[in-house]
Amino acid sequence: MNTASPATIDDVEARLRERRYIGDRALATSIYLALKLEKPLFIEGEAGVGKTEAAKVMADVLGARLIRLQCYEGIDLAHAVYEWNYPRQLLHIRLLNESEDRRLAEREIFSPEFLLRRPLLDAIDNTDETPPVLLIDEIDRSDEEFEAFLLELLSDFQVSIPEIGTIKAKKPPFVVITSNRTREVHDALKRRCLYHWIDYPDLEKEVEIVRARAPEAADGLAREVAALVQGLRGMDLYKVPGVAETLDWARSLAALGARSIDTSLVDATLGAALKYQEDLEKVREKVPALVEQAKRA
Amino acid sequence: MPEEASLRPDLLPRLGAFARLLHDAGLEAGPRRLTDATRALVHIDMKREVDFRSALRTVFVSRKEDIPTFEAAFDIFWAPPDPRITAGVIPVRSRALPMSPERAKAWSSVLGLNASQMNREQNPREVPTSSSGYSAEELLRHKDFDEMTWLETEQVRRLLEQAAWRVAERRTRRMRPARAGRIDLRRSARHAIRSSGELMKLFRRRPSMRRRPLVLICDVSGSMERYSRLLMIFAYAVARREDLEAFVFSTRLTRITRLLRQRDVDKVLDSVTKGVHDFSGGTRIGTALGDFNRKWARRVLGHGAVVIIVSDGWDRGDPAQLAAELDHLHRSSHRLIWLNPLIGSEGYEPLTRGMAAALPYCDDFLAAHNVQALDDLGRLLAGLGRRPAYK
Repeated sequence: MNTASPATIDDVEARLRERRYIGDRALATSIYLALKLEKPLFIEGEAGVGKTEAAKVMADVLGARLIRLQCYEGIDLAHAVYEWNYPRQLLHIRLLNESEDRRLAEREIFSPEFLLRRPLLDAIDNTDETPPVLLIDEIDRSDEEFEAFLLELLSDFQVSIPEIGTIKAKKPPFVVITSNRTREVHDALKRRCLYHWIDYPDLEKEVEIVRARAPEAADGLAREVAALVQGLRGMDLYKVPGVAETLDWARSLAALGARSIDTSLVDATLGAALKYQEDLEKVREKVPALVEQAKRA
Repeated sequence: MPEEASLRPDLLPRLGAFARLLHDAGLEAGPRRLTDATRALVHIDMKREVDFRSALRTVFVSRKEDIPTFEAAFDIFWAPPDPRITAGVIPVRSRALPMSPERAKAWSSVLGLNASQMNREQNPREVPTSSSGYSAEELLRHKDFDEMTWLETEQVRRLLEQAAWRVAERRTRRMRPARAGRIDLRRSARHAIRSSGELMKLFRRRPSMRRRPLVLICDVSGSMERYSRLLMIFAYAVARREDLEAFVFSTRLTRITRLLRQRDVDKVLDSVTKGVHDFSGGTRIGTALGDFNRKWARRVLGHGAVVIIVSDGWDRGDPAQLAAELDHLHRSSHRLIWLNPLIGSEGYEPLTRGMAAALPYCDDFLAAHNVQALDDLGRLLAGLGRRPAYK
């Protein structure tokens, strides 16, 4: 497959499709512009609409390495950028002969050999032919301190390690940041990025996604499951099922050998789509109506 | 990469004007974004409207909430004027931009529209300016909110703003160097290397602390009217210094966090009243809390949040629904506090159906009818534990 930088929006769209990622044209536009303007792309959307997947497919499209940093509360530089391998350094120093030059030894143990490279350093200090895709996943889980650091990193793509010096990216990575919006990310960070909101797909697109990503589900089944989930999204639920749930559900039903849905099958596999007890109870009563509605769609 | 072509020169001023329109409608459309937009458009086939629109959207928007405003502004600004609208044959586009009447007027003359197409706000109400008066502070602290004159509420505002309490801190998962606490292997080892690998000194670290976020969900229905103004003043005072997410409801739930960020309290009260269409209507607490649980809980209840509901419990909805929603809310917050202004009145017992249904799920049930009561609440918030609550 062609992995040169895409030449047009149509090209991006086609290549996403080739890799069975069904996105809309607006997403293709954002990706294309992020590549052209060399800006990070900030993707927001509810859980399970394919944000992380978009970054993975991008890496594949560009023929680039994917470097992923999963964020969590309290993530710090030692986990995101680099850390010295202290145990090894200690061992090394202990093994050195007393007589050896101490300063030389110190220079030795603060060399790249004793450096534990974490994702961000890896992404900046790359020698890849094609710059890597750096996925900063679920940034809303990290805290403000980390956001402030990222802001700095994204503006000049360099990292200073006191013992070694400043490392600057020869080719800056293509950065994709995702957020589930469990909190509002600071404006200053968003300002540096292009933004795209991924919405739930409509019925036709969701059918297409199921066909592309869960080909084991028969055509009729794919449509019915997509319609079922569309029906669920219209209900008042604590946790609305995302596309990931639609795919899980289609795969579960296909695994049970179903070619079409019925009330008892849906009832038995409802847990693939709904993750809250209250939601399950609420939907259980309405399964026959939902099934009937889905079959008509 | 091919050399970058340059943008059609006639487009640049238009783009600048569009950025100003977005800015006036409340989007952040500074020079950096304008530069990005001009760079982006070079790569776009301008004849395809969808791409043109998407390109500007991805540059100028960075919040889901801003998307409708952007779309409306795009339609108003870039769509060719429909002669049938100007002639009054068909009605104007229904979408409108949130901006002040003066700005809207200026824009509509620039764009050749009439003002009603541009904004959705009415003329601002006249807000009387505050004057100072004297009343014994102690008396004021115990005076019931619903007996207060306008002047007294002004003084209460000052009292609330000066209140000394801060919300308690919780342990975060970020570690800080400290004198006591768990051993910090990283620093200790690092130090040891300087002394030729000899572990001479143990460094320690402990979790850093951070204030708990507060979530205020305030009933502004008819029965609460006498208290609404002061509760909003309270919310405003708290929002000055704490991490506060605020919502009001009577039949529907409305988020007012951003409205509270304005500098002038009277403007805040004004925009809250305007932004919340059903101020002082009937109450359906269960529905409102259900709305909160589904649309907002995951976004605002992280990091050990404390939830405060203010309501008198007069509920026209279904008590079973109220109980179910409160149960859910109780399980997803660090602490659930219910403030009821009626507790202050003598002989009050929580006998309303709503209140009776709610009680089992609330960690605390407190008064909120005077400054003293709000101070008590402050003390409770200041004393909350550092650890997560295990329920």
